[in-house]
Amino acid sequence: MRAAVLRKEPSSMPAPIDPIVEVRGISKSYGSTEALRGIDLDFPRGKLSSLLGPSGCGKTTLLKIIAGLIKANAGSIAVDGKVVTAPGPERAFVFQDFALMPWATALRNVAFGLELRGKARAEREEIARHYIAEVGLAGFEDKYPHQLSGGMRQRVGLARALSVDADVLLLDEPFSAVDEQNRRKFQEDLIRLRSNQNKTFIFVTHSIEEAVYISDRIVLLSPRPGRVSQIIEPEIDRSGDPDLIHRDKHYLDTVQEIWQGLKQYAE
Amino acid sequence: MTLFGYRVPMMASLLVWCVLWEIVGRLDLVFLLPPLSEVLSAAVGLVQTPSWQSATVTTLRAFFTGMVLSIVIGVPLGILMGRVKIADDLLGMWVNIFSSAPLSALVPVLMILFGFGERTIVAAVFLFAIWIIVLDTRAGVRHISPSLIEMARSYGASRRALYLKIILWAALPEILAGIRLGLIRGVKGVVIGQLLVAIVGYGALFETFSRNFRMAEFWALTIILFAFALLIAELIERAEAKVEYYAGAR
Repeated sequence: MRAAVLRKEPSSMPAPIDPIVEVRGISKSYGSTEALRGIDLDFPRGKLSSLLGPSGCGKTTLLKIIAGLIKANAGSIAVDGKVVTAPGPERAFVFQDFALMPWATALRNVAFGLELRGKARAEREEIARHYIAEVGLAGFEDKYPHQLSGGMRQRVGLARALSVDADVLLLDEPFSAVDEQNRRKFQEDLIRLRSNQNKTFIFVTHSIEEAVYISDRIVLLSPRPGRVSQIIEPEIDRSGDPDLIHRDKHYLDTVQEIWQGLKQYAE
Repeated sequence: MTLFGYRVPMMASLLVWCVLWEIVGRLDLVFLLPPLSEVLSAAVGLVQTPSWQSATVTTLRAFFTGMVLSIVIGVPLGILMGRVKIADDLLGMWVNIFSSAPLSALVPVLMILFGFGERTIVAAVFLFAIWIIVLDTRAGVRHISPSLIEMARSYGASRRALYLKIILWAALPEILAGIRLGLIRGVKGVVIGQLLVAIVGYGALFETFSRNFRMAEFWALTIILFAFALLIAELIERAEAKVEYYAGAR
């Protein structure tokens, strides 16, 4: 099945060795507005890929199609070789506006994915506590979302996605509602989390710096209708001090290169 | 509120009106208005009579039956209208008409349908209370953030879990507000129903008192009813205050 799909891969695309998510010929229109046209993409296993583009390029739509939350008009999504059309346990979503239940504590919010899967309370809360500590929120288990700052709320959202143990994490502009300082800290933490979680991240952002800073692979989308315009794989060593990345020559060059490509879409 | 630099307690204005009532009553200007003290002592006497006690039991039973029915039917109906466009298109017009129509005019029709008994009173409470519950529930469901629904779907919520764990809770502040307003309208329904049927519960008592010009008891009964309506509204408001901590944070 997967081999058959792989053969259709256009030769112009850099072929990743082991794709976990395969996007084939995805098109989506809202009425007469064409949001996405013929998207073919592979997301390599264990990597962080970013979907980057100006607003209106359909990057969030594509992410939600991969999540199974929106139906495409044409094309298919395969995860681990299996075609998927609805949300599934192998994918977990992190929402731009956090999507926390305001009536539930951080602990219950984080454990909610497991609660829906029918896991016993003691067991799911133990797992939730582990991931709350993992995202740096230990001690805030019994706080309600309105008692937490924007950055902390998104950490709860991330812990919820981690705790269901999905292979693929889908993050929809997770830091856009978080203030600048917390965003920087959060990005550093994400780099650290990535290195000790064996997961695939698909990350939607409109920030060039953010994409280059954290991604192994950047998919540039062009707007109206959304199409893949370029794929960039920045080779940045992220093992050292995260602050050094911002001064890395390759980092700066890549940001510049992407900006030159996207400039034409700026209003 | 402060007056001449002193803090005036909330209930002070009520006290002013009570004193005014007492004075006007003692002046013997209007036969319809006996002094408040007379009304209060009539109230004390009234609550000890078996006719008041049995009327209260009948009234409360009809009121609570009607309220339970309108909540049990109104909340799911409101959720349905909030979620399903066809249901909203079909029912929206009628709910809006009924919620603002002069429903008292319909009570005689209820009498023809349900007879001169408690069933008519229950139907009247239901008819008065349900529409605002439906409308508020619908508004609450409409205001749920779409991402909260997407969140539940993406984490694999069944339809049942989506409704019981997300939608019901997310709309709870509006549902409670609807129930509070519904309770007040329900009190109106029970009184109007009983007055028109006139041989059941408080309606029969009101009829007796006003026909025999027993104004002190008439007012005493009115005050008891007002106090009851305010009390249950207050109870629901307490519950609302408890869920408000998240209503504001949505």
